[in-house]
This record gives sequence, C-alpha cells and structure tokens, in this order.
Amino acid sequence: MNRRDAIARVAWVMGGTVIGANLFLTGCTRKATKNVESLFEPDIIDFLGDVADTILPPTSSPGAKEAGVGGFIPVMVRDCYPPEDQKVFVEGLGKLEDAAKAKFHRAFRKLEADERTELLTEIDKEAREHQQNKKKADLNHYFFMLKQITLLGYFTSELGATRALRYVPVPGKYIGDYPYKKGDKAWAI
Amino acid sequence: MEAIQENTYDVIVVGSGISGGWAAKEFTEKGFKTLLIERGRMVEHIKDYPTASKHPWEFEHRNRKTMRDKTENRLISRHYAYNESTRHFYINDDDQEFIQEKPFYWIRGYQLGGKSLLWARQTQRWSDFEFEAPKKYGYGTDWPIRYAELAPWYSHVERFVGIAGNRDGIPNLPDSEVVGSFEMNRVERAIADSIDANYTDRKAIIGRCANLAELAEIQREQGRNKCMARSLCSRGCPFGAYFSSNSSTIPHARKTGNLTIVTDTIVESVEYDETNKRATGVRTISTHDKSGKIYRAKVIFLNAATLNTNLILMNSRSERFPNGLGNDNGLLGRFVTFHNYRGQITADFPGYEDSYYYGRRPTQVFMPAFKNIHHPEPRFMGSYMIAFSASRKRGQGTEETLGAAFKDALTLPGSWKVSMMMQGEVIPIHENHVRLSKDKQDKYGLPQLITSIGYTENDVAMMEDFWAEGTAMLEKAGAKNIQTTDRHEAFGRQPGLEVHDVGGVRMGRDPDTSLLNAHNQLHLCKNVFVTDGACMSSVGNQNPSLTFMALTARAANYAMEQLKEGVL
Repeated sequence: MNRRDAIARVAWVMGGTVIGANLFLTGCTRKATKNVESLFEPDIIDFLGDVADTILPPTSSPGAKEAGVGGFIPVMVRDCYPPEDQKVFVEGLGKLEDAAKAKFHRAFRKLEADERTELLTEIDKEAREHQQNKKKADLNHYFFMLKQITLLGYFTSELGATRALRYVPVPGKYIGDYPYKKGDKAWAI
Repeated sequence: MEAIQENTYDVIVVGSGISGGWAAKEFTEKGFKTLLIERGRMVEHIKDYPTASKHPWEFEHRNRKTMRDKTENRLISRHYAYNESTRHFYINDDDQEFIQEKPFYWIRGYQLGGKSLLWARQTQRWSDFEFEAPKKYGYGTDWPIRYAELAPWYSHVERFVGIAGNRDGIPNLPDSEVVGSFEMNRVERAIADSIDANYTDRKAIIGRCANLAELAEIQREQGRNKCMARSLCSRGCPFGAYFSSNSSTIPHARKTGNLTIVTDTIVESVEYDETNKRATGVRTISTHDKSGKIYRAKVIFLNAATLNTNLILMNSRSERFPNGLGNDNGLLGRFVTFHNYRGQITADFPGYEDSYYYGRRPTQVFMPAFKNIHHPEPRFMGSYMIAFSASRKRGQGTEETLGAAFKDALTLPGSWKVSMMMQGEVIPIHENHVRLSKDKQDKYGLPQLITSIGYTENDVAMMEDFWAEGTAMLEKAGAKNIQTTDRHEAFGRQPGLEVHDVGGVRMGRDPDTSLLNAHNQLHLCKNVFVTDGACMSSVGNQNPSLTFMALTARAANYAMEQLKEGVL
C-alpha cells in the first residue's frame, strides 16, 4: 500500500475526513489575488454557503447552507491549512466563477439549481482526477478541499448531526447487536 | 536553601499520575503524612474538564487540529487523543525541550492526575509468561518477582479501580476482579467464533478496561458513576466513569486529611545525605517564579513517569553518586523500552447489514499473545497482543458525487470494516537509553534529556508475523480486501507515540545489573522507591498501567511496614 492509499484508508479508520493530510506538499506557481481574510466577507460566506448547498442540498434534512457551512469554511481554511493551500483555495473560487461564466455565461449565483449541480459535478470530476493523478509535491485541488470541509462541517453541525444523522450525546450503555432496518440513519459520532 | 519543619513529611510522592495517585492513596489511608508534588497545574475532577460535555458543533474547528497545533506543538500533537477537546491536558513542545538522538515522540501531560486523564484505560494483568520471559529467552534481566507476588496487589487495585471484563480463564492473561463487562458486536463475534473454530492457541475476548460497565459499592463511595458509552474519556469524565487519579485515588487520599498537594512545582533532584547514607528529601523549582524549595521526608516515591523519573535520578548527583543516585553500575537510563505499534491491518467484512450497535464502547476486542509464549519463535523475540474492532462507517456507495442522492447516501451506515492492531513487546537492549545533555538546559535550567531509543529488526520481523497471522485469521473469518500497513513507513510513526515507554531504572536481583530490588527500592538508597514505568525490567505485551498501579500499592505497603519497624 502506498502512502496516499494508506492515508485514504486511515480516513475511515479514524472515523472521519482527513483534513490537511497533504501538509507535506509544497510549492505554488500562481499568485493569490486575494488573501484568506477575504473569505470572511459576508458576500463570500454567502457564496460559499451556496456552493456547499449544491454539494449537500436540502432534502428530508436541512442543507449545508442552513447548517452554517458557508461560515465554517473560511475558519477551516484560515486555521487548518498551510499558506500554499490557502492560496490555491482563494484562487480556486475565482476559477469556479470563471467556469460558471464559460459554461453558462452567468455568475454562479445566477445559475439555476440544476445548472449549479451540473457545473460542480464537472469541477468535482476534475478535482478527483487531479487528486488521483497528482504527484506527491503537487498541491491539492481547491474543490477537493472545499468538498472535504463541507462534508466535515455539515455532518458535525447541529442540524447535520441531529437531522441528517442520529446524534445521541449520552447513550447510557453499549449494545453490541442493535437491530438495523433499511433506511435507518447512521450515528452522528 | 533550608527545609523548614512545615516542609517535612513522612512520605513524598513525586508525580500525581496513575502510579503516584496510588502511592498517595495507600500512604494516606494508613495515616502517613504525605506530600504529593505535581509539576503541572491543579486539575479538579469535573470542575476542570471544560470540554467534557460539549457537542461537536461547539468546537470552532470541529475538533480538528489546527496549523498552530501542528507547527507550534509538532511532536505532542501527533498523539491520537490530541485535539481541540483535549489539548489542555497536554504540554506544548517548548514547555520541556529535549533532544532526540533518534526520533522519539515523548508525550507528556502535566497537571494533577497527569496522563491518567488521557490514558487508553485498557487493563490486562501480566502472567508468569511475561515475568519469566527475559530469563527463559535470554534478554534483559530476570525479574526479581513472579506473578504470585503481584496477584494479590492486582486484586487490591482492581477492586478499587473497577474493571470491566469477563473471567476468561486464559493462562497468560490471568483473570481480573471484574464488575460488569462490555460486549462484542456481531462482526467481532463472528471473527472471534472463527478464531475459536480454527485455532487452539489463541482466543479473542472483549477488552478489560477501567471504565465502569457496572459499579460496586467501593466505586459508589468514590462518587463515581456507570459508563455512559460516550467515548469522550480523554476530555475527563463528568460521570467519573473511568479511573483517573483525579476521579479516584486523589480525592480518596484527600479525605483522610493526611494529603498535602503542591502543584506547579518541578522536582529537580533527590537530596542525599552522605553521612546517614539515605535520601533526605527533594529539591524543587516553582514553575511560576523558578524559586527553589526543599521538602523533606523519610521515604520518597518517584512516580514522575518513566523518562522524568530517569531524569530526576540522573540529575541527583552527589559526591557519593556522581553519575546519578543509585547508579554505581552505570545502567541508569539504559534498557528503556516501549511497545511496537507499527503493524496495522484493515479489511472489509461483508454481510451482517441487519445489525448495528448502539453507544460508543470504550474498549475493543483483544487477543492475548500466542507467539513466544509456549514455544520460542525462530524469527523474532518477544510476544505481541492483538486488538481489533469492527464498525460500520458512515456513508453508503452511490454513483453521485454531490447533490441530493449523494447526501442522503452519506446519512446511512455503510458496510462493516475491521481494523486490527498489534501491541508488541520491544526487547530491552542496552543501546536504547536516555541520558542528560551536558550543555543544553530547558527553560527551568534543568539539563535536557537526550533520547536514544529506536526500533530494531526484531520489531520489523514481529510486525511481519503479525501481518501474516492477522491476515490468515481475517481470511478464515470471511473478511475481504485485507490490507496491511507499516505505520512507521506510511505515517512516520515513531517510538513513544504509544506512551508505553518503560525502563531505565529496572528492577532485578543483582545490584550489579539492576537499579531496584524486588520491592522497588533503589539497591543503593533504600528509602527511595521507583514504582512508575521506569522500574520495568521488560515491557511484556499487555497495556502497562495496571501493573504500575499494582507494583506501587505493593511497594507502598512494604515501605509502611519498614517504616513501622524503624528500618526506613
């Protein structure tokens, strides 16, 4: 098993998403147009919420935007990623807008829900291919980071944990054989 | 710097972690005025567990490590339990600098209770297979005690602590005094049954741990409650459901009126009186203003945790002992050992999708050692224990990569996965040692410790054996996609991270080849006892803390007899 596979496997061993697993990566070729603090502008938080909501939309449970993921993303990017990843992330948001304009001639937030899904599905495919093929020294794809933080943020949020999953803060005891019927939600933790 | 009358006690216990708490309990209970010195801050049970009942969303980073953790606390933040909810129970790297001659993760938690707040709580007795192994297989030195001498003290400790588990009747994992137990889930049971059907030399059992699956009157008297299966133990338990010095031994000792606690105070050395040939007390430094103070006592127990106990003894230099207290043979700091956690196996386990589990269990399934127990293995020395667990990770497979269907699939439990690990005995060797730097000091002016502790080929051979045995057992049980990992190669895992570092002040029969006698007394300074991990002549394959506690209780009661008889 190579290192990347090992890290991927550990993601579930540890019971969650590996954040910043590629911290050993260095080197960046493009300059950031904005810094990480700009992610905290209300407009950007709202935009991030819309992107997150496309990844995890409202269904029978609330979506990522309502769960506050838009505001969670900047905190994680600022505090949990090295500067080179932060640069990629900030630049990436510009790329996402460019992609929306190239495909639909409109800004991301002017897109219909199905157009957003179509666009982000393409970007997600590109991101997964990037992660799959990249060399050890190459940086992460911005959308790979964005999706990871969205998943973490949503399923650990109050709405995500209690409405999309079953959250039992004080189980009281352990039961080794607990019946499961199709459709029952997973435990939040 | 003179010790005044009010700084004089019957006993000084250095360190308030899992073994120091036991020393304090035993002495105070029998009426001995005891001073417990802790280098860290005061942590009161429950009151000082600020994160104990927080929800995941109440943590700014949802309990993930930040870049600040990883850069400013690079080494200690590697510990598995270090995160946003627990970091206040760990020191920062720069609180006590040390020198790694070979990579070694020295994990430390300085507060009242020490690492007993953070421990993994797995409690397995040693057997004569471990006490006799060094002599039988020719490594280290012969233990000066055997199981029969420690068995009553294991019982003594277990009844107070409260151990969950079953009476399994396994010769090399003697039964504990247990109260209640946790249970396996369906997949773990299936694997355990398959092992039973396919092997006669091994058995999988539910872990024995210091979490109260049920509780007896003795734990009720301590104000403790049943385990709520939250599995948030390392934040400190608001129910007092797991054993720590803070939840159990220290409050018990306080009630006697015989305990004095001094926190924020580092013991730099043991004072030695050349005329009377005995230790008279300890020299300390305040962590607030670096002021010095001497405390005196008839008996001194060193329970500062393995490497700090080594450090204190090496730094206790006198005309009589220029190389450290009791160190005529030059072996102080030598034969430091640890547990080999390199090997890991993961697998998928098909089926059982109509079964799940409820609650979060504070233990896993354990398999007592089966190699180098009855027969010597040709390829490696030492024994290893296996632990495994099965769980259903969140998220079922879907074609979608984002959107509604993707999201809904992530809200369901996925198929079963198995994770298996090894806890291997690392053979004590002379080369693995700690010593004091001659020129580098930490911020309190104490010499920095140099760690020179590493893996050997034996550890790799043992890991390969674990991979082969573990893979075969999982295959027979029906697991698929079995993958083996060397966590040293894959993740840069280094010795120390398991926090099972022991030795350096080993017990033995002969003062020429050991530092401590069968009662944990320094051969050459009888009123100094070492009963933390430093005393261990070898490391066995069991989780070590239960044995430290039993050795401490035994040594403390011996010291009390000697005090009463006027020998000490």
